[in-house]
Amino acid sequence: MSNDELIINGTPVKSRLFLGTGKFGDDSLIPKCIEAGGVQVVTVALRRVDFNSDTDNLIRHIPESCILMPNTHGARNAEEAVRMARLARAAGCGDWVKIEVVSDNKYLLPDNEETLKATEILVKDGFTVMPYMSPDLYAARRMRDAGASSVMPLGAPIGTNKGLKTKELVSILCEEMDIPVVVDAGIGKPSEAAECMETGAAAVLINTAIATAGDPVRMTKAFAMAVEAGRDAYLSGPAAVRDTASRSTPLTGFLRD
Amino acid sequence: MNIRLNGQDEEFKDGATLIDILKEKDINPETIIAEVDEVILKPEEFEGCKLNDGSVVEILRFVGGG
Repeated sequence: MSNDELIINGTPVKSRLFLGTGKFGDDSLIPKCIEAGGVQVVTVALRRVDFNSDTDNLIRHIPESCILMPNTHGARNAEEAVRMARLARAAGCGDWVKIEVVSDNKYLLPDNEETLKATEILVKDGFTVMPYMSPDLYAARRMRDAGASSVMPLGAPIGTNKGLKTKELVSILCEEMDIPVVVDAGIGKPSEAAECMETGAAAVLINTAIATAGDPVRMTKAFAMAVEAGRDAYLSGPAAVRDTASRSTPLTGFLRD
Repeated sequence: MNIRLNGQDEEFKDGATLIDILKEKDINPETIIAEVDEVILKPEEFEGCKLNDGSVVEILRFVGGG
């Protein structure tokens, strides 16, 4: 089989399953999930220290071989996203950033316009920019032209576990974009992650469906297998869908006059 | 002097440095990121960072996120 390595901004990425680290009841599960799934790209967030709580530094739980992708969740506009990205980089976790600009708290839908502005600034600042976005082809092209290393369209609103509700628009992005399309948010089951990959996505980012599963470690493994299966299916060229039946077994010949 | 620390106004002794504040709050400097008056500090700058009355300080840490 030919080499099907995922390359993002010149960096080889060994797994097409990206892992979000929010919502875990126990952070010590995170390195176990990373190992079970062979995960390499891991998202984290920056928040104010709570002086009344003995909170550990999450980075201690993440193997050094991982690629950290801090998100800018909490940013309501480009300026706030840029500030968060620069803070995260100053902390020494590399130059990858997931731009997440959300000002609607009901659906947590990303603001494509502000995300594009932040992309333009942060690309010039030397970041590997991965914008979380609503699957709009024009917005994706603008982000690509601004230097984004991928686009990350949502499958469904964050934390809903509804699956690939944006399939048609994601499919268009997969067809038209020449940078990786990483489906991020709303994917609830491994079968839905496989569906993303069969649609042509380069990778998927999963958080809630793993962190809140009954067995997060086993679920990570399930997602990893599904992502690999979906990718193989996509590369294999699935058979055509038909409206009428087509025999799998030839007529006998001897049962008819 | 008054410092705005993580969004809350607090009193610290005049001439306090960032390290003094971290010690008082029992925070390990190696586990945090610091921003003073919107300037991000490198860890080696914490010791020499003297704060002024009205300084705005953000002490941040990496947490889980999607």
